Amino acid sequence: MEATPDIDRVFGALADVTRRDIVSRAIAGNEGVAELALHYPMSFAAVQKHVAVLERAGLVSKERNGRRKVVRTNIERLGVARRLLDRYEDLWRGRIDRMTDLLTDKKETLS
Amino acid sequence: MTVTAVNKDTEALTLDVTAEFDATPERVWQLWADPRQLERWWGPPSYPATFTEFDLTPGGHAAYYMTTPTGDTPKGWWEILEVDPPRSLSLHDGFANEDGTRNTDFPEGTMHVAITDIGGGRTRMSILSLFPTPAAMEELVAMGMVEGMTEAVGQIDAILAEPVPARA
Repeated sequence: MEATPDIDRVFGALADVTRRDIVSRAIAGNEGVAELALHYPMSFAAVQKHVAVLERAGLVSKERNGRRKVVRTNIERLGVARRLLDRYEDLWRGRIDRMTDLLTDKKETLS
Repeated sequence: MTVTAVNKDTEALTLDVTAEFDATPERVWQLWADPRQLERWWGPPSYPATFTEFDLTPGGHAAYYMTTPTGDTPKGWWEILEVDPPRSLSLHDGFANEDGTRNTDFPEGTMHVAITDIGGGRTRMSILSLFPTPAAMEELVAMGMVEGMTEAVGQIDAILAEPVPARA
């Protein structure tokens, strides 16, 4: 199994409340860094840094929209964490089904 | 379906699964405390688990291996943190090397099991799984898949490599 530093980057990027907010705003993909910066009580440079962290994690990318550059969320990237946990949930659902079978089994399983 | 609630927290890296059974807490406890019963649910029929060591006391250890359809026998271990029969169990779990020693290249997870009598001969069981880091979560989930998933699940790399969102 290969370690993927990528996923640490995704989670690290999402560990910050401002960056999570940027990710959710950028789903619409119609604001550039300057417009995004207006939503936060911090400097343009600080917001730009947050966007850069998100970009490195592959969570957002900048794309051209006419003459402007907008920040857009990469939805599939966002789903990685949830989907990992979804798989783990499947594992436990399987186990619990088997537990239920055992419990409803005849008394012989008790012996 | 006996699973009554699932809570996933992608920030705290936890999965909390709650299920209810038509059985007493003592009976549900046996599913964990009796290794022969544990072997019947820990892995699916195609990846059965065999426990070779089982000491369900604080500080005690359990060791097991799975038998894959191709005959491989990946190994795992538990380190018991707390035991309060038939109410609760906490443990660390992780990978083991071929010789049964802990494989420290891989992370360990933590699991808390709580068993509650909810009356009417029914019992609620909740399992809280905690992952120390995102990478650990990925590796442990991958291990869980080796253990638990059959045809439905591919390698974690495949999931990560998928270019499109889930079919949803």
